[in-house]
Amino acid sequence: MSAPQWNNKVVKWVDDRLPVISMLHHSAYEYPTPKNLSYMWNFGSLAGFVLVTMILSGIFLVMNYTPHTDMAFESVERIMRDVNYGWLIRYIHMNGASMFFIVVFIHIFRGLYYGSYKAPREMLWWIGILILLAMMATAFMGYVLPWGQMSFWGATVITNLFSAFPIIGDPLVTWLWGGFSVDNPTLNRFFSLHYLMPFVILGLVVLHVWALHTVRSNNPTGVEIKTPQDSIPFHPYYTIKDLYGLGVFLIFFSAFVFFAPDYLGHPDNYIPANPLVTPPYIVPEWYFLPFYAILRSIDFTIFGIPAKLLGVLAMFASIVILFVIPWLDTSKVRSSKFRPVYKWFFWLFVIDTFILGYCGAKAPDDYFLGIPGLKVIVMGQLSTLYYFAHFLVVMPLVGKMERTKPLPASISESVLKEGANA
Amino acid sequence: MRKFALTAIAAAFAVTAFTGGAAKAAGDAPVPEAQDWSWQGLFGTYDRAQLQRGFQVYKNVCAGCHSLRFIAFRNLEGIGFNEEQIKAIAAEYDIEDGPNDDGDMFTRPGIPADYFPSPFPNEKAAAASNGGAVPPDLSLMNKARVNGPDYVFGLLTGYEEEAPEGFDLADGKYYNHYFPGHQIAMAPPLYDEAVEYTDGTPMTLEQHARDVTAFLNWTAQPELEARKALGMKVILFLIVFTAMLYAVKRKIWRDVEH
Amino acid sequence: MSQTVHSSGEHQPDENRRDFLTLATTAVGAVGVGCALLPFVDSMNPSKDVLALASVEVNLANIPVGQAIKVMWRGKPVFIRHRTEREINEAEDVALNELVDPQSDDARVEKKEWLIVVGVCTHLGCIPMGTATGETRGDYDGWYCPCHGSHYDTSGRIRRGPAPLNLVVPEYEFLTDTSVRIG
Repeated sequence: MSAPQWNNKVVKWVDDRLPVISMLHHSAYEYPTPKNLSYMWNFGSLAGFVLVTMILSGIFLVMNYTPHTDMAFESVERIMRDVNYGWLIRYIHMNGASMFFIVVFIHIFRGLYYGSYKAPREMLWWIGILILLAMMATAFMGYVLPWGQMSFWGATVITNLFSAFPIIGDPLVTWLWGGFSVDNPTLNRFFSLHYLMPFVILGLVVLHVWALHTVRSNNPTGVEIKTPQDSIPFHPYYTIKDLYGLGVFLIFFSAFVFFAPDYLGHPDNYIPANPLVTPPYIVPEWYFLPFYAILRSIDFTIFGIPAKLLGVLAMFASIVILFVIPWLDTSKVRSSKFRPVYKWFFWLFVIDTFILGYCGAKAPDDYFLGIPGLKVIVMGQLSTLYYFAHFLVVMPLVGKMERTKPLPASISESVLKEGANA
Repeated sequence: MRKFALTAIAAAFAVTAFTGGAAKAAGDAPVPEAQDWSWQGLFGTYDRAQLQRGFQVYKNVCAGCHSLRFIAFRNLEGIGFNEEQIKAIAAEYDIEDGPNDDGDMFTRPGIPADYFPSPFPNEKAAAASNGGAVPPDLSLMNKARVNGPDYVFGLLTGYEEEAPEGFDLADGKYYNHYFPGHQIAMAPPLYDEAVEYTDGTPMTLEQHARDVTAFLNWTAQPELEARKALGMKVILFLIVFTAMLYAVKRKIWRDVEH
Repeated sequence: MSQTVHSSGEHQPDENRRDFLTLATTAVGAVGVGCALLPFVDSMNPSKDVLALASVEVNLANIPVGQAIKVMWRGKPVFIRHRTEREINEAEDVALNELVDPQSDDARVEKKEWLIVVGVCTHLGCIPMGTATGETRGDYDGWYCPCHGSHYDTSGRIRRGPAPLNLVVPEYEFLTDTSVRIG
């Protein structure tokens, strides 16, 4: 990949000394991209856009936010009422968090469906999981900052998870809090870290894109680029496609920001934090619900390990397990398009995560979808079981036993065939 | 793959509806009846006359116990009062200020920049005067309850003279149909002709409740009208712009088999 | 890796597509980005609660003749000086052509005995000395800015030093003989 020759003297002068323009040209312009990417490949760039939006709106919020237990709630209300367009910036940030998770979850499911985690894309996949973990930490700490009832009790419940670890648990929680309960020191450090984390995520995103451009994009066929006919330059083809996707996404985003800004939130967070009163129903934000359901579904002991610790371990394991799926998946074929059996399990897995989400939102003793006799806790346990079985049993076994459909010889061949069928 | 995309988007919609709805359905009190409010829908706006009546109800009834700490007199411009009227309203209130040059706190008439004073000096005093139950601040009430406006209206109109048979009502509590647990410390605050309207609106308990709920929706979401108006413009712009982007995309991809 | 090496000029398939549609879309997009940034910029302007606190009332009854006080107004000090007969005469007797920023004393006070000026040096924003009893008042009996040596007279006008303009007179109104509202 020889550097392009620049005609413009200034550009050439800069590029000879610091080839940043060549680098950008190479990675955002001529980057050879499979020509058959579907709209499912839009969500990576959308996630990047949301990250920038969150950082931008966050920086402007900080200009008016006060990280002190006496003033945090008030300062947020001041942003909502007195700061010019403060309500807009705050609602963008608030709903942006949900949008970020919607986009990233779809991005992850796309990766799972098309086998984007398989060799040689393991590093790319790993960095992606790290980004998810960093996002979850950031979202959690950000939710504490308005210092409403859900902020306070969410922080209390989640930090208490760490007390499940034997011996180090209690000192660890005290250390996290900087005191004997969630209080001003906790708020201050969460604010500091909430401001730091997005830039950590940004750094991880750079690595993610670097890894991507090293191993190239996967595509719906899962067949690698073989000849020049298989790829097209990123610009203008995918820049315009991403922009079009961005337009559609922005309409969706705006609908929430302008017409249902509190729909995804909890009313209780408009009540100032009160350490003496717990809200009757504590539920995390929707994007944590499946994980919350896994946490709660463990209400039994195994080998003397208490349920509390098991639940915490299960919850962490539900994400950590993603690191090893490149090896759990034994199939030689990447894309589920050519995996008639696994495809069904994939959709079962998707439904399973939705059921987990539903269980996470309900009280354990409620009835699942109102079905008499079927308690939410039981359904949560079954779904948790499948969640892990999908990775630990289905992936290795189906990969070995399944008879896959014949793969196209190349991307261009598959494109031509689909064109003929259409 | 188009099918996959559509499914995924549908799923995204579903998860929001599903979990949001599930989270919100929690609670053992009956779900308050849905009311028609002027500000609902894409184009709904506040009815200024109603907000002013609601303010009158708040001022004459609720303000005895409930603070409104996020609202300053200057904000009343938002419900249609002019500067002179706001100054006059503010001046009716005694605001504690100070310390003065002698180091003492003093009271003075309010100015538009002042916030509505709290009826109690602090939370303990509020609890002591109300049998241990602190009357909550009302600024954000409509956002701080599930189905906020319907709940507030339901609560204000949901008192029963007598608790149903077999219900063990504690001393000093009142039976309310919509309050979680049904035992509320607040005596029925509204009754017919609780406040004297001058615009000919019927002075019924229900009308008072409706008006004050509207006022409290404004205190919770004063930005609502500006938000929706801007939202309309933004979404219209985005639809046009996205259509243009789609056209450009079609054009650029015209010659590519994909 | 060879299929996408291009020499500049021949590799841009969109070069001849700079047609009306693309141009129009780019223009609309640019307008959109501009409009989207406006709220963020505007959020840094004074907020409504800040604007609402734009005036203060001051009781003048306790300021003896010859002395001055500082009050805070919009985050800045305002100097209120109860001027002596001699100070008033000094201020009035100056010929306008001697002044850096010519302005008559009349134009700077509502009541001769009360001088009210914003206490911020017009040079680089320091607070001039001379309000508290015993502080140096500079060569013209008014104020003296220690940062870069600007001298102001008993009407708060710049007389010597680097400051280009007189001390600013805020908008104010006497509510009674002994109370004034600034702003």
